[in-house]
Amino acid sequence: MAARTGSISRRAFPPNWAARAAWLVFFVYLAYAASRLELTPARFMAGLEHGGKFLSRLFPPDFHRRELLLKGMVESLQIAVLASALGVLISAPLALAAARNLMPAWASWPARAVMVLCRTFHPVIVAILFVKAVGFGALAGILALTVASVGFLGKLMTEAIEEISLKQVEAVRATGAPFMSVVSHAVVPQVFSRFVGFVSYETDANLRNSTMVGIVGAGGIGGTLFAAFQRFDYDFVCAIVLTIIALIMAGEVLTLRIKKAFRV
Amino acid sequence: MRTWERFTLAERMARFTVYLGVVAAIAASLQSVEVIPEFIADAPEQVADMLRRMWPVAWGFYPEGVHEPLMDSLHIASLGTVLAVVMAVPVAFLAARNVTPFAWLNYLAKVILVSARSVNTLIWALLFVAVFGPGALAGTLAIAFHSIGFTGKLLGEALEEANRGSIEALQASGAPWLSVALKGYWPQVRPAFWGIVLFRWDINVRESAVLGFVGAGGVGMALDTALNLFQWERAATILAAIFVVVLVAEVATTQLRKRIL
Repeated sequence: MAARTGSISRRAFPPNWAARAAWLVFFVYLAYAASRLELTPARFMAGLEHGGKFLSRLFPPDFHRRELLLKGMVESLQIAVLASALGVLISAPLALAAARNLMPAWASWPARAVMVLCRTFHPVIVAILFVKAVGFGALAGILALTVASVGFLGKLMTEAIEEISLKQVEAVRATGAPFMSVVSHAVVPQVFSRFVGFVSYETDANLRNSTMVGIVGAGGIGGTLFAAFQRFDYDFVCAIVLTIIALIMAGEVLTLRIKKAFRV
Repeated sequence: MRTWERFTLAERMARFTVYLGVVAAIAASLQSVEVIPEFIADAPEQVADMLRRMWPVAWGFYPEGVHEPLMDSLHIASLGTVLAVVMAVPVAFLAARNVTPFAWLNYLAKVILVSARSVNTLIWALLFVAVFGPGALAGTLAIAFHSIGFTGKLLGEALEEANRGSIEALQASGAPWLSVALKGYWPQVRPAFWGIVLFRWDINVRESAVLGFVGAGGVGMALDTALNLFQWERAATILAAIFVVVLVAEVATTQLRKRIL
């Protein structure tokens, strides 16, 4: 009691010194990082001046080379569609193997390791390796994005399977059903609509990345974009970027529709 | 007699249309995609060649040519994330319908968020390289502008889920809007906020490694040079270094998230 009366002047919100120290360290780091990267206001202002000139060269966008643009966009779309399809084909069984509530540890750990490995590198870096393996072109892009899809879809699907109610699994097992029937009648109905959500999300992500892998020669509009950029062909760059944005927005609307149809 | 059906006719039709569309898209893509069979046949040999060239890995190259750009990449990711959060917070407040009761402002904020997200980090990087010249400044801004969309959207959703109680209490006491934001909204969204920031930083660490391919600084530039000169043993060193950094970042964010949330 004595201690309590002694601390009448105690503040309602005592300062949290540890948090303040952490903030201080954080700001010191920011200043250090900015100086390391030579990010100075002077450079920024010089850039802004330059930016006006650049913007004026971007507009009006030049849609004259429609064929080149269309060919690249179609290839990007193909890459996105095929990579998503392949990704689902690989990641669905992998996720089943990785689910700890249905599988023993010797099956789930290797499956998880594959997913982590697939997620580590950015798709563009994976694309470089595939360009070396299967040459320039759409195939390298498809394979690179398949790897990325396996990483993300696998993780999300595994989590979804681990969250299912085991009552249905038990009920189906009690009828003496073999493993595949347990999967198709107890697991799939519980996770299907969530899977549709994940796959449409991943298809969206693949669409975005399929416009980028071309920068390292893995097919799609990215190669055209990068080439136009290096030739200072800025009005064509603008046309390509606008088309990519339109495609991505259309893709988002479409996946929203699909999710509605499946009540995700 | 009526039989029970899980889905209405319209729902089944909608689903059937989706399935049909998906199958048609896959079939069309498979038929028209340009794949050169000789290249596939050649693949095992090429992979073996790549691995042979990568071995022995040039570990000695790390201190002289990898460490500095790798640290630059990390700095780009961190500064880009901080800058993104600074820009995204006001937009998130505008996007949250319970904070900003003007529909046109909500709509404007949503447009900003969607367009920031629709432009890939690498495209932002290309544009900023054209404006600011090659280097880390372009990379940092590219990371920041692309991340606005993600952080702003999730933060806006967190704000919309905030409980009205403490906010109404503050407003009833006549608190100015800054106090309402700091003492009403902030404590409620704090866990979500740190979760979003950590998650985004983790993604940005991965993204900052490829910015160098378009000249926007970081370890990607070193990787691009090594690949252009066919120095595969150096490329292997860089890939291993990126691998370690990404893994460490992922472990660090999961641990931090556990402690903060």
